Amino acid sequence: MTSAANPSPRGLGVRLWSWRYFMLRRLSQFGILLLFFGTAHWGWQVAKDVPLLIGNLSASEFVGLFPMADPFATLQIFVTGHLLQQKVIIGALIVLAFYALVGGRVYCAWVCPVNLVTDLAGWLRQRFGIPAPTYLGRNTRYFVLAASLVLSALMGVAAFEWVSPIGMMQREIIFGFGLGFQALLAIFLFDLLILKHGWCGHLCPLGAFWSVVGRRTAQVRVRFDKTTCTHCGDCAKVCPEPQVLNLKRLEEVGYVYSGECSNCGRCTPVCPEGSLRFDLRPLIRRHNIEAGKGHEQ
Amino acid sequence: MAEANVTRRDFLVKLAQGTSLAATGAFLWAHLLRQEARAQPYALRPPGALSELDFNAMCIKCGQCVTACPYDTLKLAPAGGGIPIGTPHFTPRKVPCYLCPDIPCMNACPTGALSPELKNINDSRMGLAVIDIENCLSWKGLRCEICHRECPLKGKAITLETHPRQLSKHAMFVPLVHSDACTGCGICERACPTQEAAIRILPHNLVQGKIGEHYRLGWTFETEITQDFKPAAPAAPAAPAEVPKQAPGMDYLNQGL
Repeated sequence: MTSAANPSPRGLGVRLWSWRYFMLRRLSQFGILLLFFGTAHWGWQVAKDVPLLIGNLSASEFVGLFPMADPFATLQIFVTGHLLQQKVIIGALIVLAFYALVGGRVYCAWVCPVNLVTDLAGWLRQRFGIPAPTYLGRNTRYFVLAASLVLSALMGVAAFEWVSPIGMMQREIIFGFGLGFQALLAIFLFDLLILKHGWCGHLCPLGAFWSVVGRRTAQVRVRFDKTTCTHCGDCAKVCPEPQVLNLKRLEEVGYVYSGECSNCGRCTPVCPEGSLRFDLRPLIRRHNIEAGKGHEQ
Repeated sequence: MAEANVTRRDFLVKLAQGTSLAATGAFLWAHLLRQEARAQPYALRPPGALSELDFNAMCIKCGQCVTACPYDTLKLAPAGGGIPIGTPHFTPRKVPCYLCPDIPCMNACPTGALSPELKNINDSRMGLAVIDIENCLSWKGLRCEICHRECPLKGKAITLETHPRQLSKHAMFVPLVHSDACTGCGICERACPTQEAAIRILPHNLVQGKIGEHYRLGWTFETEITQDFKPAAPAAPAAPAEVPKQAPGMDYLNQGL
């Protein structure tokens, strides 16, 4: 079965295996930034005058063929009442379609560079057992999402893009440093000392946007096997969005259905019974029925 | 009864708290946006850029123009840099725009913030060259004229004019900038040999005046000369008046000669 069933749980290979999604996520996050950085600074190209991945996470072009654009940024510009060019609209639709299939908040856990900062803050917070002095509803982010669209319309500029710490961090990594680290420091301290998973889990309107996008269409989800789950709660301890692991609802649905799940994969190696695993949504129902039968025998 | 009152009060207080929190956040956010977007008019934009307000709205801050520029002219504004955050701009004294005929920066723009309507790079209007005549070497009487020689639209955007000089027989050759041809590329500012550039590029709205439509420059022979100018009724098309060969008011000095 999984690492937990291995007779020598302290072996290095086993420990590395249990960190597989963590390492893959970091590889993905740094790798994407590296592709942008290499194209901008070292002139990486696939053919003469065809840059590899030009631009940044707001909008880019891959091998001179595939435009990509942040659909949320595009939406904000659209709301200011400006007609956009075809290229950015096609790019936004490509990105939207991709995340609609793999799960919207896959962006948060596998691409967004701010996740590196907030994960560190979250880990340190757990490590030092910092208590939670404040409470803020997890739905606050949807209000921030609505506010960024309303303010975009009122102020005539893309409201979130102009203050976004995500934008600052990735731009300044790819194109050179400015004062963006101040915003990141603020987020780090906020997450570390004030509100647990404060930015990504409560405030970020981009995360809220992606939560809405992946809600019904995501095809990669974490399957929940109710026949083996012992309700130990280990998964909820490591999950940055523990409200998505409502076990009662999970038993009915058979997988982590919430759009707020970022497919980060923290819960799957941690589950001692292996009840939580990545799966393709069309197969989940069959796998759950098979698991139920197997358990009865 | 009492219980119901308490919950209603609780509800109203919660509502008020939530509203004020949201309003505080929104005002702060709007203030930040206004500071960022409106306070800094000094940015020089890449060729084809829309007017500053439209450009600020349209630019998605992706930096594709920056990477597309072969001369490393364009930079993305970092946070807190005094230029609207994340938008492309250039500093001519460091690296000017070299006016690539194929306009790669504009072609890289995915949103249209750099408008594809710009077909000829010489029609771009990134800014306007302004000469500090107190510190210009040519205006001091030296034979410099470097800006004129370096100007890609030499003879149109920058011309040389001769001015008489008081103490010497030799004329001064002074550069003059013409806004109808100046692209604002900044090659002149880069080339200016003074310690601080005596010719520099500024956004049009910071340096250009407007005389207003009620002024009639009679001596140009392009405008109709009338004694009773009525700006209120421009609609009635007057019978095409005969344009005098000479301005009648100026001519009497030479009469009878």
